[in-house]
Amino acid sequence: MDIIDKVISKLRPKARQGMAGIWLDEHKFVEAAGKVRQSGYTKFDAISPFPLHGIDDAMGIPFSYIPWVTLTFGLTGFSFGTWFTWWASSQDWAINIGGKPMWSLPAFIPIMFECTILLAALSSVGALLWICNLPMIDPPVIDPDLTSHKFGLFVPEDDTGYDAAKLEQLFRQLGAVEVKKAEF
Amino acid sequence: MIRRAPLILGSKTYETITKDIVSLVESFPGPSYYMGIAGAQFLLLIFLFAQGMIVWFGMGMMGVNHPVGWGTDIITFVFWIGIGHAGTLISAVLFLFRQKWRTSIARTAEAMTVFAVMTAGLFPILHTGRPWLAYWLLPYPNQRGPLWVNFRSPLVWDVFAVSTYATVSMVFWYIGMVPDLATIRDRAKNKWRKRIYGALSLGWRGTARNWNHYEMVYMLLAGLSTPLVLSVHSIVSFDFAVATLPGWHTTIFPPYFVAGAIFSGFAMVVTLMAIVRELVPVFKDYITIDHMENMNKIIMATGLMVGYAYGSEFFIAWYSGVEYETFIFMNRAFGPYGWSYWIMVTCNVIIPQIFWFKAARRNIPIMFVVSIFVNIGMWFERFVITITSLHRDFLPSSWGMWIPTLYDFGALFGSFGLFFTLFLLYIRLLPAISIAEVKPVLGVGREGDGHGHH
Repeated sequence: MDIIDKVISKLRPKARQGMAGIWLDEHKFVEAAGKVRQSGYTKFDAISPFPLHGIDDAMGIPFSYIPWVTLTFGLTGFSFGTWFTWWASSQDWAINIGGKPMWSLPAFIPIMFECTILLAALSSVGALLWICNLPMIDPPVIDPDLTSHKFGLFVPEDDTGYDAAKLEQLFRQLGAVEVKKAEF
Repeated sequence: MIRRAPLILGSKTYETITKDIVSLVESFPGPSYYMGIAGAQFLLLIFLFAQGMIVWFGMGMMGVNHPVGWGTDIITFVFWIGIGHAGTLISAVLFLFRQKWRTSIARTAEAMTVFAVMTAGLFPILHTGRPWLAYWLLPYPNQRGPLWVNFRSPLVWDVFAVSTYATVSMVFWYIGMVPDLATIRDRAKNKWRKRIYGALSLGWRGTARNWNHYEMVYMLLAGLSTPLVLSVHSIVSFDFAVATLPGWHTTIFPPYFVAGAIFSGFAMVVTLMAIVRELVPVFKDYITIDHMENMNKIIMATGLMVGYAYGSEFFIAWYSGVEYETFIFMNRAFGPYGWSYWIMVTCNVIIPQIFWFKAARRNIPIMFVVSIFVNIGMWFERFVITITSLHRDFLPSSWGMWIPTLYDFGALFGSFGLFFTLFLLYIRLLPAISIAEVKPVLGVGREGDGHGHH
């Protein structure tokens, strides 16, 4: 049972303390995220119930690199499919079927194609889970409405130039309806 | 500027959207739902009984015999696989084309795909007659050599195509649902609901850094699913087209099958959406008449493609000058199974023409009836292809007839029980409309609303 406990403790995220602000309007929220970044914070995060236009630019989030994972594993799948059909049909146990060549490439294209798609798709999803640290067990939630109709900014304590009082003032200025100390 | 019709009706806010969709999971259903699921369960019992008898006593319980070795199992397999294609088309292809109206139907269409593929997958396995040896279809290291599967066989391509399709569709469906499952988790007051949906949501919290990667993966999956869905029915058509049988051995099969699959799939989506709109009245604000009309337009367009393929097949049979080919097509339309050919033509080509009229495209009872006819017609298309080519081929001495038994009917009608049981459970247990995808399109077609300016 040790190993199960180990896995569970690994999946339980370590909560960070910090300041959180809640917004109701998405446009003010995106603007606020930009202003918080301009104030020098780098480790903060923005929580929203759906992906927001312009938040990546406002927060300086780089373009996702997952397509490279997809490409790499897609090519791996393609190579594997090519190699395996060749090896199994013409090397390991070559069987003459209908007088066709042992290495009948056109007939193997469907297999190669499906291997490509399968590995590309599963690796992309795997990469997503890996990057986002999912699955997580009982991650702290700032406000349950953040997955419904509210938008939240969270600045952790270890961010550069963290100052709770200043942050509260900044959040209020930028239109937050609620500001509180929170863990995330 | 031409005003766009709103995609979501009623005066909704983000909060009411959440409530409308999640409340379905949070409350107990009414009597009509229980009646529906009782009916589905009854059909499912018939399926289990029929297939149980077939597995126990053997394939002789069904109508397949010499010369028609492919019967209900193969016809129904192709039928269900075809149904699945519309779901991927809506969720992936319309996503890549930035069709915003897809958002409120995508989740349910995708669920339909998953359940249809699950239902379809059973049939070839049961058709083998010894389903407990189904793993022989996979190239695994075994102690018989190892003896590998024949990679030149379309049946093996099918194993790869259908299992890849099932896997990728399920993953796509599930990943799309993760943010909505987190919404259910965060609203849950009940301890077990919080635990179960908490586990299903994988601990998703919707941070901007996560959304960034999430949207990328969603797009990648859509981009991968698009060629995948086209490949699957092409490969299903190879099961026929690679054989040298007249009526099967034609190059038109892959596009013809794909068009037919989308046609039948959209008909099934319309059938299901009409039912869902009745079962859950609040969904009428999300799945509007405009949505239904769009789908009816696609049904008509793909129906015309299918009709063109029927005509083209006949023309080529005559133009090629191959007497076997000519004979098989004359036999299809005017032979002993001619009735099935004319059912197919009536249901797939003639009846959908009513959608030229806008009033018919926007009338729920009419489209419901038409969609049922299309479903029937598309089952008969596969019947016509499978049975008529097999029952009379080159030598009149080896001709014969295929007569279905009660177990054929049990397997066919029972499969709807499996499909509808899964579907009805899904409607009540999982977010049936994509909450996170619907919210960004709330502003479409609404004037003076800040949400619309993208």
